[in-house]
Amino acid sequence: MTGGLSIRDLSVAIHGRTVLRGVSLEVEPGGVLALVGESGSGKSMTALAAMGLLPPGAVATGAVALDGTPLLNRPEAELVRVRGRDIGMVFQEPMTALNPVRTIGDQVAETVRQHQAVGRADALLLAHDTLARVGLDPAAIPPDRYPHELSGGQRQRVAIAIAVACRPRIILADEPTTALDVTTQAQVLDLLTRLAREDGAGLLLITHDLALVAGMADRIAVMKDGAVVEQGEALDLLRAPQHPYTQGLLRDAAHLPVRTPRPVDPAGPLLEVCGLVREYPRPRPSLFRAAPPFRAVDGVDLTIRRGESVGLVGPSGCGKSTLLRTVLALEVLDRGEVRLLSRSLTGARGADLRDLRRRIQVVFQDPYGSFDPRWTVERLVAEPLHLLPDPPAGAARRKRVEAMLDSVGLSPADADRYPHQFSGGQRQRIAIARALIVEPAVVALDEAVSALDVTIRARILDLLADLADRLGLSYLFVSHDLAVVRAITDRVLVMEAGRIVEEGPTEQVFQAPRHAMTRALVAAAPSLDLALAGRVEPASPVAP
Amino acid sequence: MSVDALPPRPARAASPGLVLGAALSAVFVVMALVGLVWTPHDAAVLDVSQRLQGPSGAHPFGTDHLGRDVLSLIVAGAWNSLAVSLVAVGIGIAAGVPLGLWAAAQGGWADEVLGRVNDIVFAFPAILLAVMITAAAGPGALNAIVAIGIFNIPVFARVARGSALPLWRREFVLAARVAGKGRLRISAEHILPNISSQLIVQGTIQFALGILAEAGLSYVGLGAQPPAASWGRMLNEAQTFYAAAPWLVIAPGLAIVLAVLGLSLLGDAARDLLDPRLRRR
Repeated sequence: MTGGLSIRDLSVAIHGRTVLRGVSLEVEPGGVLALVGESGSGKSMTALAAMGLLPPGAVATGAVALDGTPLLNRPEAELVRVRGRDIGMVFQEPMTALNPVRTIGDQVAETVRQHQAVGRADALLLAHDTLARVGLDPAAIPPDRYPHELSGGQRQRVAIAIAVACRPRIILADEPTTALDVTTQAQVLDLLTRLAREDGAGLLLITHDLALVAGMADRIAVMKDGAVVEQGEALDLLRAPQHPYTQGLLRDAAHLPVRTPRPVDPAGPLLEVCGLVREYPRPRPSLFRAAPPFRAVDGVDLTIRRGESVGLVGPSGCGKSTLLRTVLALEVLDRGEVRLLSRSLTGARGADLRDLRRRIQVVFQDPYGSFDPRWTVERLVAEPLHLLPDPPAGAARRKRVEAMLDSVGLSPADADRYPHQFSGGQRQRIAIARALIVEPAVVALDEAVSALDVTIRARILDLLADLADRLGLSYLFVSHDLAVVRAITDRVLVMEAGRIVEEGPTEQVFQAPRHAMTRALVAAAPSLDLALAGRVEPASPVAP
Repeated sequence: MSVDALPPRPARAASPGLVLGAALSAVFVVMALVGLVWTPHDAAVLDVSQRLQGPSGAHPFGTDHLGRDVLSLIVAGAWNSLAVSLVAVGIGIAAGVPLGLWAAAQGGWADEVLGRVNDIVFAFPAILLAVMITAAAGPGALNAIVAIGIFNIPVFARVARGSALPLWRREFVLAARVAGKGRLRISAEHILPNISSQLIVQGTIQFALGILAEAGLSYVGLGAQPPAASWGRMLNEAQTFYAAAPWLVIAPGLAIVLAVLGLSLLGDAARDLLDPRLRRR
């Protein structure tokens, strides 16, 4: 009998559909097991099965044991005692995992009181200690704060505090850093592994990102279609993957699309942003005094020349998205000017604005939210045709949409389907088709591949590189993912607190970052190469 | 919590709610239409010799204090309920939805003004407005329609605005703006279809509430006037005799309850059917 969490030959079927097939995993005390796979591969289902939290209609067979005590198919009353006390769980979305109307101290204390016979005061005291332990110093962040008063990284620390308050023997973390930006991500992962090691608890870390866990996992298990296809010591598995699927994952994670270098057109810039300022009013502190406005974008200059792709990186909240929306004329600017093809977009109206808009189109991050669910793909892709002075209709429109779908790798018959009938990667292809149908000169990509699995991301990056070569497109690539920016841009701008703090050719900036923000971003970016070289250092202590 | 005993979830068939709701609503509508041309007995003929008779073969729900057949009154009164609440819902949708869409699209002062006007209308009880209209124009079914209709306007304006606001922050609306479409056009093409299920659900709720409100107004004598039959007035007239002739209260009361229940069930089922995301793939 081994200690820790042991899953043997676990199979789960939901309403007759098999979602897990014979999964066997061991999480040793003090060890870190990373469970890696694309969405729908059964990673989360494995964790839910271990906690006895399977959805109604699920049938589980096999064995799950914690330190020899069987857990699978036990009565709810037994499991309630185990959850939170012996198994702590951290979820992906820190906002929804916390109760918005209770203070963070209360929420940690609640878990303690649930499982230990301690009074309210003692529980709160323990909660304070736990919060301090996860890096929320009571002097700086008092435990009587509410979740909405904290940043995403701080909220995730509270969720971790709840998970570890009772010093569980196993911590299950399901994509704990996916919702966080890259610098915070590294700190949170670091914290999780440190806590697990200190307490001698096993850590099961679920993620879709191999590079992320490469540096900290002891063992890695790769899942596909509900089965573990390969597992082993982390470095062995990364250096010499045996299964073709793992090999593919590693290849895709490090995938760089082939880009044909294009001569940068010396004739005038394509897009020119000069001294752009965007401010938001802040609530008035009193009836008679106005607060100084919050400057989301503070005097930004940005130039894209023809045939050039430019990256814009920075932590969340730095103003990247506001800048992008202002450049797209979706928001008014308070000062400065945006010029497209030497014509001013600022203050353009009517036909003039429509003509400029067709030169710059956008692909958004969320492949689910960026389509009207009631429209067919044909209508969706054709929507920007509205910008043309003489939009094609009927058969001509259909032909144009079909040609566009074909060039992004979809079939012409897809035009009659609805967005919910497509996968995330296919939807992102539809979004690209919609952006390109009016033959723009610049395409803005707002975190356009961040929500995709590595395999699909690699294919979309290939598509983007291919389209840029074929159509002579320029990209403005907004992202927090440095690997992607590095793969697809010529020049990069680093943004912090509304300002551009560093700018230069992409390789040069990432090889030799000058500004502290750039250095923090580069240091925090998960890297397979560094992990393989065994040189991953703990993330630098940058304030979240 | 044993999980191995659960059978697979059955494929989604017509829900019992849909069947019951559609059946009750159909009975209500057919009754209203039939009542326009035919009733078992003439609902307007008074026969005092037959007053306050219990349920029998000739009069399934008995007769009232003036000897009228209660079943015939119910059938004849259905049209009054249906017409008043349907037109009132129409007024609410026709005026309220464009106002709500406009407030959501425009934001700022337009939104504020609409919100405050809504608050003011909500602050008046419908019955007070009905009394005011009656005082000015005399009682009648038309006044009941206007009074209930006016109170439907802010309801639909609020539902439209509230459902539209989050949509304006969605990426597909941003994409439409990048495609150069104006606020009016986006409201019509993207926002309205996406809030239609909320509007339909609210429409059936208001339809059901309209039947209740009409019954209430008739009960206090502000709705349809005699000789037109009305469920609310039947309840009013019956209250003197409720100990001696309980069927006089039960019959119109049951008619109101079943009509309201049927429409509510139908509204819920309609929402599920109308949403392509909930439709079976």
